[in-house]
Parts: sequence; structure tokens; C-alpha cells
Amino acid sequence: MILKGKAWKFGDDINTDEIIPAKYLVTVDPGELGANCMDGIMPGFSKRVTAEDIIVAGKNFGCGSSREHAPIAIKGCGISCVIAESFARIFFRNSINIGLPIFECAEAAKAITEGDEVEVDASTGLIRNLTKDQVYKAKPMPEFMQELIGAGGLMKWVVKKK
Amino acid sequence: MGYTITEKILLAHTDRKSIAPGELIDCRIDLCLGNDITAPIAISEFEKTGIGRVFDNKKIALVPDHFSPAKDIKSAEQLKVLRDFAKKYRIKYYYELGCMGIEHALLPEEGLTMPGDLIIGADSHTCTYGAVGAFSTGVGSTDLAAAYVRGRVWFKVPESIKFVYKGKLRKWVGGKDLILHTIGDIGVDGALYKAMEFTGDAIDRLPMDDRFAMCNMAIEAGGKNGIIAPDAATVKYVKETSKKSKKKWKIYASDKDAVYSQVREYDASKLEPMVSLPPLPSNAKPVSQVKGVRIDQSVIGSCTNGRISDLRIAAKILKGRKVHKDVRCIIFPATQAIYLQAMKEGLIETFVKSGCAVSTPTCGPCLGGHLGILAAGERSIATTNRNFVGRMGHLKSEVYLSNPAVAAASAIKGRIAHPEEVI
Repeated sequence: MILKGKAWKFGDDINTDEIIPAKYLVTVDPGELGANCMDGIMPGFSKRVTAEDIIVAGKNFGCGSSREHAPIAIKGCGISCVIAESFARIFFRNSINIGLPIFECAEAAKAITEGDEVEVDASTGLIRNLTKDQVYKAKPMPEFMQELIGAGGLMKWVVKKK
Repeated sequence: MGYTITEKILLAHTDRKSIAPGELIDCRIDLCLGNDITAPIAISEFEKTGIGRVFDNKKIALVPDHFSPAKDIKSAEQLKVLRDFAKKYRIKYYYELGCMGIEHALLPEEGLTMPGDLIIGADSHTCTYGAVGAFSTGVGSTDLAAAYVRGRVWFKVPESIKFVYKGKLRKWVGGKDLILHTIGDIGVDGALYKAMEFTGDAIDRLPMDDRFAMCNMAIEAGGKNGIIAPDAATVKYVKETSKKSKKKWKIYASDKDAVYSQVREYDASKLEPMVSLPPLPSNAKPVSQVKGVRIDQSVIGSCTNGRISDLRIAAKILKGRKVHKDVRCIIFPATQAIYLQAMKEGLIETFVKSGCAVSTPTCGPCLGGHLGILAAGERSIATTNRNFVGRMGHLKSEVYLSNPAVAAASAIKGRIAHPEEVI
């Protein structure tokens, strides 16, 4: 799967309150959550995003609350994947479980600047910066997580195993 | 090569003979928790599978504590999802308003979190139960849905960091200050994916309520779990709480030759009460360096500091004194049992006479939910656990984290104050 879009750059320690503030947690609807994505740090973000755009962030992305509404909101507003230097652990689990592609790559997180055209090969973890003509390699996913992703998320895997 | 307490509990919940940090393991769970924000997604995912039965209705806890009593129609709908699910699947540990408390204070009190247990919860502060020597960690809603089906969960075995606290704590210094200082030292991702094991003579003397406050905030350093090996104080505590639940426990301790990725030592006798400045829990400073910062609100409560000893400390400072005229002080006893105990001890009367508002147990303003939301430009001191941008309301409002003594003293002074300034 090739993911391609414009980069939106965020800093370190972006927490889930910033991704989706608690006042929006009265729904589980991806569209409604998506409309308020990043409202705690960049109000109006969802209106500026073009489908398939990519979030690029620093270390510890998705720290804080366990709210799965955070990756759901990111997916819901049309973002195709998140590249970060590192991810907070519950956000990492949640993203894999719901099928939001995430890539851990310090080099890409540093080199990519806002607005760069980025292309990611989800199967190999190769990240191409088309604007800067650079290539970075994301940390490979453990085999078990690839199995979860391949199954289409945790619940599909669970049903298959049952 | 020996094991840490975290590794021993994880291993005991697998079908394996050995484990090592970094390995992916599949674990049986003793209890899984959801609340009115996270469980609706889990329930919807669970129902989509069509499996139609939960793995064990006595190992599922549902606590509607975040937006309860229902703050609006949408949250009322979410609360109803929990209620209906609990009825449909005869969930034993569903707590309706009136019995409900803040989940991480309630479940230990109900005797549902025992030493040696493996507990997951769709709430990041599920790490709280490490205080009784359980392995306990936060997950997301889909993980919870999978647990409803399988009764199992996958984990990466974490490396452990050992924190050693030495020396006698000064007056007005408690578990909250130890953990704020620690997060200040290692940063909000200083323990990312790792187990935080709290040890040392200062921990041995620490009351259970303070141990809960410490383990509660392991997540604020990115930790997978916080844990304190059970001792006489733990056993005394669980002997009492297990009367209700009839749950058994198993005590584990780290081996002498257990392997740690890091060992950090602190001279706890030197610590002042700590305050974490916005927008991160890691911006921890001794209160003397923050004194004088004007506040509009003081929140005393939450899963971190809403327990009876927290209320006793706050009452000691507020007794016979008045909350500053420019400050709203809101007190949240964390559970109904704590509320009742506070009433018996006259603490509620003290609070009301001092000019505090006392609420029914709820997460309330801690996450910007309800009952104490901040306007633009306003500032709150709070005994809660997060001070992110906009956490308690408007994006231009601020939260300073502290222990209950500092929050009470600040409520009186109208500015951040050391308890010694008022008592």
C-alpha cells in the first residue's frame, strides 16, 4: 500500500487532549471526531487537511489519555498515516488495533518540513520525501503486529482466531 | 538471572516457562475495566463480532465516572450504553451513580485489585493498582473489546527501571511530590514502554493512599506500569478490602539479581512539596520557586488525590480558615465510601464552612469534562495528574499540579502557597 500526501508538522509530546479534547468525547462517530481533530493544538486543522495528508511529529506522539478517539479522529479527518520519532505506548497499540498506519522514524521526523510531499510504502516502511528528494527507512514492525495489521485490525484477528 | 516483580506477574499469567524484556506475550487477565468514555467504543466493537458472550462476567468492571452524573444528552446516551451492556451480559462489577466512585479509587476499595493480579483498563491511569503489587496498565477500547472476547491480552514484556527513595519525608511532602519530582527528573517519556518499580525506605513508610498517587502517575512518564512490592501495609490493606470481594492474592517480589535497565536514587528527605507548571507534568518545581502565582480555582480530588487521607490533609489546612474571595475551591471525594467517611469525620463540614464546594464523586474538571471548567486566562491549582494545554477548559487556561496540602493552602491565599504559610 502506497500512502502519499502533504506533511503537517507537529512537535514533541503531542498529547491526546491536543489531538481530541475531552469535550468532544461524547461521541464515537469517526466523522464527528475527525471534524475536531487537533482542535487542542491547531483549531480548524480538519478543514485545512486534504485527504491522504500525513502527520509528521517528534517524540512521544499521542501521550496522555488512553482515548482511542485520538487515532479515530486522525483517521476520521482523512490523514493517511502518522510518522513520528516515537509513539506513546497506548496510542501505538490503539493505532494498530484500529488500522491507522504509523511509522517510527527519527530521521524522517527531523528532515521532513511542513508542506513537503511525502510518499510511504506501508509494506516496506520506506518513506520518500518527494519535495526534498530524500529517502528514510522506518523501524520495522514486529511480526505479530504485522499479522494484526494484515488481518485488518485486532478485532478481525480475534474473530479469525476464535 | 532473576526476575523483577513485573516480569514474575506477567510470566505467571502466560503458558510459558520463561520470559524476557522485548518478547511479545499473550496473558490471561484477572480484571478488565472500562468507563463511560472508553467502554462505548469497546462495546460497539464487541457487539460487531456477533460472538454474543463475554469471557467472564465477573472479571469485567464498568465504572461510569467521567461524565457522570450525565453532563448533557450525548453523555447520557453514552452512560446508557454501559448500563444496557451491563444488564445484557450480567456484568457483576457495574457501578451505578450512587455506588459509583472514580474508577481507580473505587476498584481497590472494592477489593477487586489484588497483589499479583494482571489488570487492564481502557483508561491510562489504570497503572494505579501497581500500588498493591498488581501488574496493571492502560489500554485502548479495542484492546478492551478483544479482552471481552478472549480474556487475554498481548503485551511486550517491558524493561524495568528501579527508583529508590531514601530518607524521611518532610512535613507536607507525600507520594504526589515524589512522583512529580521523578517525572521532573526523567521527563514525560523518561519511562516510555517501561515498568517503574518504586522502592526504598521512604516507600516502605509511605501510606497506601500515597502509593496509589505515585503509581497513578507512572503513565505521565510514559511508563507501562508503576509497581510497589507488597509489604505489611499492603497486606493489611487487602485483608480489609478482600472481605467484600472474597478475592485471593499472591505476593511477588523482585529477585536480588533481577535486571533493570536503569536504577535511580533520590534523597527524599530533601524534597519540598512540588508543583508542576503547565503544560507538562514534567515541569516540576519546588513550591518555594512558584509561590505567588495567582490562582482562580483549586481542585482537590481525582484518581490521584481524592482519597480519605488527601481530604484529611486538605481539611487540616482549611479548618477555621476561609477560601480566598477570588478563588473557587472544589472538592471531589473519590468514592461514596470516602465521602461518607469524610462526613463522619466532620471534613465535609470543614470544607463547606471554609467556602469550598463539595461534589459527588466524578472525574469532573480533571479532564475538562464538567463541574469546574476554566475560562480563557484562568488558572487552577489541582491535585489531578495532567496539566496539558486546555486540559481543564479553554485552550488559554492553565493547570498547576500539586499535592492536597499545597492546593488547600493556595485556595486560602489566592496564590500558590506553601502549607506552612497558613498553618
